[in-house]
Amino acid sequence: MEHNTIKDKAAIVGVGESAYYKRGGSPVPEFGLACQAIINAANDAGIKVTDIDGLASFAMEANEPSRLAGGLGLRELNFCNMAWTGGGGVAAAVANAAAAVACGYARYVAVFRALAQGQTFRFGQGTTGPGMAGLMGFTVPYGLTTPAQKIAMRVRRFMHEHKITQDALAAVSLASYHHAQFNPRAVMYGRPLTREAYDNSRWIVEPFHLYDCCMENDGASAVIVTTAERARDLRQKPAYIMAAAQGSDYRDIHDSENVPDFPSANYKHLSRRLYEMAGIEPKDVDVVQSYDHFSGAVVITLAEHGFCHPDELMDFCTLENLTWPNGKLPLNTSGGNLAECYVIGMQLVNEAARQVRGDSTCQVKDAEISMMISGSVTTPASNLILHR
Amino acid sequence: MATETSGSQYYLPEALPPPHPAPDGRDLEFWEALKRHQIVVQRCNSCGNLQMEPEWLCHKCLSFDRGWQQVEGKGRIYSWVRIWHPVPAALKPACPFVVVLVELPQANNLRIAGNLLGDPQQPIEIGAPVEAVFEDHREKGYTLLQWRLAR
Repeated sequence: MEHNTIKDKAAIVGVGESAYYKRGGSPVPEFGLACQAIINAANDAGIKVTDIDGLASFAMEANEPSRLAGGLGLRELNFCNMAWTGGGGVAAAVANAAAAVACGYARYVAVFRALAQGQTFRFGQGTTGPGMAGLMGFTVPYGLTTPAQKIAMRVRRFMHEHKITQDALAAVSLASYHHAQFNPRAVMYGRPLTREAYDNSRWIVEPFHLYDCCMENDGASAVIVTTAERARDLRQKPAYIMAAAQGSDYRDIHDSENVPDFPSANYKHLSRRLYEMAGIEPKDVDVVQSYDHFSGAVVITLAEHGFCHPDELMDFCTLENLTWPNGKLPLNTSGGNLAECYVIGMQLVNEAARQVRGDSTCQVKDAEISMMISGSVTTPASNLILHR
Repeated sequence: MATETSGSQYYLPEALPPPHPAPDGRDLEFWEALKRHQIVVQRCNSCGNLQMEPEWLCHKCLSFDRGWQQVEGKGRIYSWVRIWHPVPAALKPACPFVVVLVELPQANNLRIAGNLLGDPQQPIEIGAPVEAVFEDHREKGYTLLQWRLAR
């Protein structure tokens, strides 16, 4: 590891979100949701909206920075940047903001994502248009068109190699629903899920039941990133960025069926780099937010971050272990993509920051170190660690 | 190599766009070969490395001198999914249906996706040997590569 590092040079100082809705439920368009989340994050941080001078996002965010800067009346826009890829880019967007403030490009960067599914793009609808070509061309003619189906192919192989059963997938799904019951922001607040209902829910694509797949929602989330130095004088306890990483494993080409390490979530080398930068081990992590587009991908991701060996997953990946307040590793403590809101994972950053600030609705006692992992399997991917 | 076609019945209704080679032409030969009932994979003319999906250069030796190698239509099921929720919705009458990822031992276990013909609710075993079936869509001018359990 080179000595040069972003460790502890920047912090998340504010978190904000719009109200979260079922798909089609938002009274304002996606652009309005983005503005609401950014305004709320600035208010939470105790800064003026016009103090924001940078914007960072990911996953082909459609609300582009000049319109946002104009709409929000920002005095200056000094940094704007988008991380490549889809849900794999969440932590990378935060890392880009951290680098920007640490290097002096900007003072306060709002990292955000807005999504009103269908207004610009509907992720679950996959790739079937006439423009489909290239790698998707090798699967779409056979009806393999969506992220759920493509990732199920990887998960099935992983389950075969490591003797994973449906129980591990169910635990991830039920953990998200459990945590959503404490979070009034969550779309599934007041709608608990039982194992029986999980088992009886329809298949989307084997091995994914309905409840193994994330929701489609309207919502936006944002955080404010600034330097560690400025963070100390602001209203909230800073969530310091302890480490961040982005990239992909050897020839882990997005949408390819010929990835050398196919039954993988693409986190083997990224997790090693992340822990090296943070100077910690998996046992030091108090709480994890791991992008739960599909439960099975989270199962692989937990193993690839060293929380257990892949062959120990059936013992580790249980509802008891993954749930607040008594679990060994509380997972997706605001309800995640499955039960809080699918903002392509941005809302998981808000929750990771809340955990080290101490104001989560499922607050892990004395949480010091909080991990956020972006969309598994999608590449390039990214992850980060926060500390208080 | 199995050369018979699956007859007039297609495994899936023609609700999907036909195979659409990449506009830059890098995978065109794969689709053209299927029309001749041949399976080809990219082979580097410099170092002999086999590669799928096709790309403009060899990832081993970085040569742009690309060729193709024909392989037999025999493989093993590497992974599979059974799809119950169709996208696009026009596939609904075909649900459930099975997509297999087949590895080709003759080609360094490179993988190709296709449908597994037969009862869509059949039990499926990873590692099971399969053979190629070429599904000609003559009116639309393309051929799909399907698979069935080896006899």
